[in-house]
Amino acid sequence: MTVVVAIGTRKGLWLARSEDRVSWQVDGPHHAMQEVYAVAFDSREGLRLLAGVSSPHFGPGVSLSDDLGASWEESSTPPIAFPVQDASLERVWQLQPAPASQPGVVWAGTQPSALFKSTDGGRSFEFVEGLWNHPHRPDWGEGFGGQAVHTIVPDPADPDRVLVAMSTGGVYRTADGGKSWEARNKGIKAYFYPDPWPEFGQCVHKVAQHPALASRFYAQNHHGVYRSDDGGDTWQSIAAGLPTDFGFAMVVHPHDPDTIFTFPIEADGRRFPPEGKCRVYRSTDAGATWTALGAGLPDTFYSAVMRDAMCTDDAPVSGVYFGSRSGEVYASPDEGETWHQVAAHLPDVMAVRAVVVPS
Amino acid sequence: MKVTVLIPGVLRGVVDGAASVEVDVPPPATLGAALDVLAASYPGLDRRLRDERAGLRRYVNFYVNGEECRRLEGPGTPLPEGTEVQILPSVAGG
Repeated sequence: MTVVVAIGTRKGLWLARSEDRVSWQVDGPHHAMQEVYAVAFDSREGLRLLAGVSSPHFGPGVSLSDDLGASWEESSTPPIAFPVQDASLERVWQLQPAPASQPGVVWAGTQPSALFKSTDGGRSFEFVEGLWNHPHRPDWGEGFGGQAVHTIVPDPADPDRVLVAMSTGGVYRTADGGKSWEARNKGIKAYFYPDPWPEFGQCVHKVAQHPALASRFYAQNHHGVYRSDDGGDTWQSIAAGLPTDFGFAMVVHPHDPDTIFTFPIEADGRRFPPEGKCRVYRSTDAGATWTALGAGLPDTFYSAVMRDAMCTDDAPVSGVYFGSRSGEVYASPDEGETWHQVAAHLPDVMAVRAVVVPS
Repeated sequence: MKVTVLIPGVLRGVVDGAASVEVDVPPPATLGAALDVLAASYPGLDRRLRDERAGLRRYVNFYVNGEECRRLEGPGTPLPEGTEVQILPSVAGG
């Protein structure tokens, strides 16, 4: 079994390859000196690697590779462009292939906060006007990282249902293919407002869903870890068993809807792992209890893991992966029990995605 | 109006390796009009110089006969016959 891990950083993309998920060969940088905030593997037809790349000088774009990085294809015309007068694309934060039942459909989340849809596998994208025209949009805030749709969760069965999330904007859901959107933040606390329970404006950092259980979502917030069992209508805290409720990442096990992973960070005002120890936390009961996983991870670690810098592969025994602001990447071949270093001394890791290469 | 556009090394890959490109700009010849002509032949260059609203990218400088266009009239800067437009990425980043 060959696993490839795509590592998007602030200065390019690296690719790591392993047969045993213990020892790794790393090559790169691809797209050197470009920020890579979004990476995705699309294995619905063949295997395509998509990267949201952004040059500080020459602007953003989307780059595709159908040969695992040996060659890249980038459209000469901008694949994502705002058709409105008051906005232009600043960065692609998320590239999300739709389920296998919708071949060719890839969603893109951008800064400024907008959603785009591709039906040709990521070569070109159409603007989703319904979200842009939402009456809440003028009041969506701008987190430290910029105002962006950074999370897209397409429903596993119904192509008309999509959930998106943005920092200091919150969770929004459509049931009509993107024409209309409703804020879905009931129960998520926004402690940084005078009224901490607003309809929208919550600082959601990541939302994840298991395809076998479409009614359930998990969310890691800017303080607050939540689960929804009713499709996002209401949210309940699942933070009680964690050392802290701050963090960025939230990942669901590929084969078990009750198993989730996160990387807690002490607090908004102290963005270090608790006690300065590098630890992934796993729950196998949908957030009721949590276990710290640290075998092979450093005990002195004052870095953080960003919202898209943690993922799993879908091998029978799932691998778990994360990368840090300090340029380290770790892999677990056994669902978090033990960890091995994939790479170190890279630029800040912004996105990590893994795939089992089809044989 | 004949204008010469000098391409920085880092962008020559999207103009078939050329160090400079000659463009014929219809009147009234401005920097923006010259970039429009350039875009028709080299869309991959244009998207790196301007966003989708034709705004000049913040960290790309356009020297019109030696003067950065933002000190002149920006994209509206007139280009006399024989103008040399030098494109240079600004010094930025870490």
